[in-house]
Formats: sequence, structure tokens, C-alpha cells
Amino acid sequence: MTQVTDTTPQDEGERPPALSVGPLGWMRANLFNTWFNSALTILILWILIETIPPLLDWVIFSAVWGDVGPEPCRAGEGVGACWSFIHEKGRLILFGLYPSAEQWRPMLVMVLFIGLVAASARRELWSRNLAYAWGIGAVVMFVLMYGGVFGMEYVSNTQWGGLPLTLGLSTIGLVVAFPLGVILALGRRSNMPAVRSICVVYIELIRGVPLITVLFMASVLFPLFLPTGVTIDKLLRAQVGMILFAAAYLAEVVRGGLQAIPKGQYEAAESLGLGYWRKMRLIILPQALRISIPPLVNTFIGFFKDTTLVIIIGLFDLLNAAKAALTDREWAGFYMEGYLFCAIIYFVFCYSMSRYSQNLERKLQTGHARR
Amino acid sequence: MMIKSMLVAATALVAFGAAAPAFAGESLDAIRERGSLICGVNTGLSGFSAPDSEGVYAGLDVDVCHAVAAAILGDASAVEFVALTAQQRFTALQSGEVDILSRNTTWTLTRDTALGLNFAGVTFYDGQGFMVPKELGVTSALELSGATVCVQPGTTTELNLADYFRANDMDFDAVVIESFEEVNAAYFAGRCDVYTTDASGLASIRSTVAPNPDDHVILPELISKEPLGPVVRHGDDEFFDIVKWVVFALIEAEEKGITQANVEEMLGSDDPTIARLLGSTEGMGEALGLSEDWAYNAISAVGNYGEIFERHVGVDTSLGLERGINDLWTRGGLMYAMPAR
Repeated sequence: MTQVTDTTPQDEGERPPALSVGPLGWMRANLFNTWFNSALTILILWILIETIPPLLDWVIFSAVWGDVGPEPCRAGEGVGACWSFIHEKGRLILFGLYPSAEQWRPMLVMVLFIGLVAASARRELWSRNLAYAWGIGAVVMFVLMYGGVFGMEYVSNTQWGGLPLTLGLSTIGLVVAFPLGVILALGRRSNMPAVRSICVVYIELIRGVPLITVLFMASVLFPLFLPTGVTIDKLLRAQVGMILFAAAYLAEVVRGGLQAIPKGQYEAAESLGLGYWRKMRLIILPQALRISIPPLVNTFIGFFKDTTLVIIIGLFDLLNAAKAALTDREWAGFYMEGYLFCAIIYFVFCYSMSRYSQNLERKLQTGHARR
Repeated sequence: MMIKSMLVAATALVAFGAAAPAFAGESLDAIRERGSLICGVNTGLSGFSAPDSEGVYAGLDVDVCHAVAAAILGDASAVEFVALTAQQRFTALQSGEVDILSRNTTWTLTRDTALGLNFAGVTFYDGQGFMVPKELGVTSALELSGATVCVQPGTTTELNLADYFRANDMDFDAVVIESFEEVNAAYFAGRCDVYTTDASGLASIRSTVAPNPDDHVILPELISKEPLGPVVRHGDDEFFDIVKWVVFALIEAEEKGITQANVEEMLGSDDPTIARLLGSTEGMGEALGLSEDWAYNAISAVGNYGEIFERHVGVDTSLGLERGINDLWTRGGLMYAMPAR
């Protein structure tokens, strides 16, 4: 919005009245143009004045910072947020039960992970090498988390927790569930009755129950079917449960995209002599997935937040670790601080996903998108 | 690694088709082979089992597991903790995911029988109690007729309350509030005359949440019995015996004045009971299938029962509980160890 402005000095009488241009004019035109809008503006201003200063005061100015123990936070009226709670419990919230002497390992895993995600976000880096980087990165991350080699102490996955667990569960969950979802979506639109009915039954069965039920089945009922002494890793059971769940939802999202592709595209692909898989891979899926980006990201974000449900099977993801930190009687009652801290972390990740998807949509749009 | 464990599990499943699992019920062998005890604990209950700021589990229930590991393996740190929710805990034990459940679990008849569990003693006697403001001048729960009672909805707390008032032919109004913080706030704001939950919970709420702890009294009546203790699976008597006798050893040690600090010199004690317990006179360890220094290892790792209690839930901790009925039988409590001979 660049405007060419006339900078020649003007006489007092030649300038437009101050109330019709500049900030004052803008306010008059947009905020106070009718009596109703004026009333709304004043009401909103009043609400902001009433709420923002106390909030800032609580969050920043009167807050207790640093390694000072719970006493200053309980000093009485007028004490703001107790960030010393996060100072004391931040480690537990972010990394759960991971041994504190080995804490650099999950920290390094997070740095690696965020680095890889950041690299993948740049389209010019999309190549085979990036896939290799992810493959190697995944192995390195698992080795770092488990240890047991190169002089690193072995850490059982029952001790994993906090943010690495949340990110791990959701990333692995989505990476595995996505291709499964695509296959299910194709299966549901298949002409083969057996394939179609299997896919329909699977999708409807899984979508018909809440995720918490799937996790509960995986963690409580499933072990009862196994003979005594044979156990399948708790984390693995939860992960498989989440993959199965996410796949059903992703399948329906992808199917929505498939249905939006005009029949002519299928016929055109067939007239080129492409077989089923090449038709799907080269013509249909690229278009279908592109138009599915908004609902796909919606599902991703929902799934990322759904990982908090592992609380019911006793895994210390970010939110559960915060809850565990809050059970300490010495620090009892600092719920706002603990939950706010988690909320900010979740917001940063979800908002980044959302912004990135908007960016991707803009770059990939070829005529479907409306401006 | 996750894939690896999946493969292992798949192989195990296939192998099961051919032969019944050889290690079913042989907890002791499995623990020795693994080199660690797998202990199911709470996801977070301050004083009993909760991770501290460093992410290390601590508490009374946790120390029971440390003691069992010390007795079996000679290493109190050889414990792997698995956090379990209330719904998961019995399945985890039944399916063999954990060797022992030490997670504030109440000993009841159906759990002991139909669920296929064995309770290996009691490490904490809890029970539902009442707290009232001192200014009401109430000294007994029987004077509470017509009172407004703050209570969290739950399976037993609410039912016990109703049962108690009905049995004593008294009326009450329940103020039922789901959230822990809100029910505290309601009571301290005077919305109800009485607050009821487990006595250990009342004591810690009084010491940490009350604006002035001295303004509130906990009435002497306990209206329910909540004996909490470690649990093992049915069908493995050897391991059941070990856990049971480790608990007894901790109690016996307090009675005999054996502490973490003096257990070394107690090895040379003339008292025949102490000599048998600590293995200076041989025989007890062998009978349990353990080394003779089993009790010595347990006590030197975590101290006697009284020390564990004071360290995690006693008056000097944030929970601030009196020994009360958890004192030794010699001092009027219920803690009584069977003779080790």
C-alpha cells in the first residue's frame, strides 16, 4: 500500500479537515461511523482496559521469577504468576521421567527433529536427499532416546516423556497413518466388493468409537488376550492404537479429495493407457491431496492434540507430565502456570502447522483456490 | 527399537502356539534373569508415588519396591517403574506387565479373590474422615446431623458418606464438586460445614491449602477402611512370600530399633530376633529362596518402616501426617509384623 503523497507545503486553508484524513479520519470512518459502532468500540475499549493491565500484571510485572521456591508465590495478595514453578518443574514437564543426567539426549533429539521439520518446510529442499536425511535422522533419534550404545546409558521407553513423547507419538502416528489412510480411501472407492467392504467396515468401526476407547482397548483389554508373561510394549500398543485411529480419519479426508476430482480426469488418464496405480499416482492423487490440504492439516492438528489422551494409560506426555508436576504438595495449586506453559507449547506447534499449510496451499494452487 | 520389540512380541506369539510359556508364575526367576523388578506405581500421588522435579519416582509405595528389589537382587536401584492409572493397574499386574503393584491399592475381598490378586500386607492404613472448622465446636462425627458436606464425586467416598449418615440416622446436604481445587475452595470459603475424603488427603489439604491450618480439626471417626499395600499375582506363592516378608521385615526393623544408620552394627547384635532377621543367624533367607542378607539389604537401602513413613508422609513433610493407626502395635497402632523365625 504505497501512496504517492504530495509533500508540497500547503496553506492551512488548503489541507483537508483533520477529522476526515489521517488516523482520526480512519477512526471516524471505521470505528465511530454509526452510533451502534461507536457504542461497540467504547465497550470493547473498556473491556480491554479492564482486562489487559491486570493480565499483564499477573503474567509479567507481579510474577515471581527464578529459582526461589514456592514461598514467595504464597506471600499473599497481589502476587502474580509463579513462574518459579516452571523453573523448578520445567525439566519434568518437558522431559518426563527421562534420567536428568542423560537429559541432553532428548534435548538433542528435539533440536534434530525441529531442524528436520524446518528443512522439510522449504520446498526447494524437497528431494531424495531429504528423505535419506529423515531416515538417518529417525535412526539417530531412536538411538539417542534408547541409548545402550556408544557408552550411553540404556533408557527404557517407560521413562520417555514430555515433549519428545508428544512429538514422537504424533509424528510417527501421522507418518504411518497417512499412507494407510490413502490406501483405505482408494479401497473404499474401489470396484472390488471385497476390498471395498473391508475398508468401509474398518473406517466405520474405528470412526464409530472414541480414541480414548481405542487406547483403552490397546492398553487394558489387549494384554488380557496374551498369555501371562508375554507382554507387548505399552508405548508400542498406544502408538499402534493411535495409528489405526488416525488412518480411519485421514482416509475419509482423502476420499473427500478424490470425490472432488472430475470424472474426466479419470477418463483422460485411462485414455493415456495408464494402469490403476499409475493413474492414481500420477494424475488423481496429486490433485486430490492438494485440495485436501486444509482438512488434512485440520486432522493433523486434532491428532497432535489428541495425543494428550495417552494420559489414561499412564504415559507422561507433555500434559500428563505437567499434571504429575502439579501433584507435588510443596507446589500445590499452581495450575494456571502449569497449564498456561503447556498451552503455549501446544499453540506454537499447532499455529506453525496451520500457517505452513496456508503457505503450502498458496504455492500449490493451480486454479481451484479462490482468492 | 520399537519395531524390534514388535518382532520380539510377534515371535513370542508364534512360539506360544508351540509351547506354553515356561516362565508363567515364575516371577522370581524372571526378575533375576532381567536383573530388575518392574513395579507398577501411581502416575502421581504426592508422598506415595510421584515423580520429583528430576523425574525420579519417590514415595512410600516406591520405597516398598526399592526394598523388594534390594532383598531379591541386592540392588535397591534395580527397579523399573511403570506409571499406571486406576483402570489399568489390575490388568497390568494380571498380564505380567509389572511384577508387583505398589500403588495405593485398597485390599478388598473381591480384589483378593475374583481378580486373582494377592495382597502382601498393609503399608498404610487409610480411611475416610471428616474435617470441620474449629469454631463449630464439633468433636465427633455423630454431632454432624443436618450438616452441609463438601464431597468429590467418586465411587466410594460419596457412598460411604451416605451409608454413614443413614446408619446413624442423621441428615446431611451434600455439596458435590468434581474438581479437587474447587472442592477445596468451596470448603475454605465456608460453602459447607464439613469436608470429607480420605484422612491422609484431609491432613495434607489442611497443611497445604488451608489459610490457617489451626482453624480446622479432623474428627477422630474414620467411616471406611482403606488398607493400602503391595499386590502380586495369584499363583506365585514364592514371590508372594518374599514381598510379604519384606514388608514384615521393615516393620520388625522399626520395632527392634534397626535403622538405615545402625543396621551395620546391628549385624553383631545379641538379640536372637535381630540376628535371625539380618541373617547373622542363617536360615531365613534360605527359606525364602533369597540370600541371607535380604533384610539387611532392604533396610540399609530404605530404612525401617518408620523411617520410610517419616521421610515421605510424616509430620515434617508437606503431607504432615501423624503416625496414628499406622504406628507400631506396641505404641497403639496397627503395624504388626509376624515373627521371623
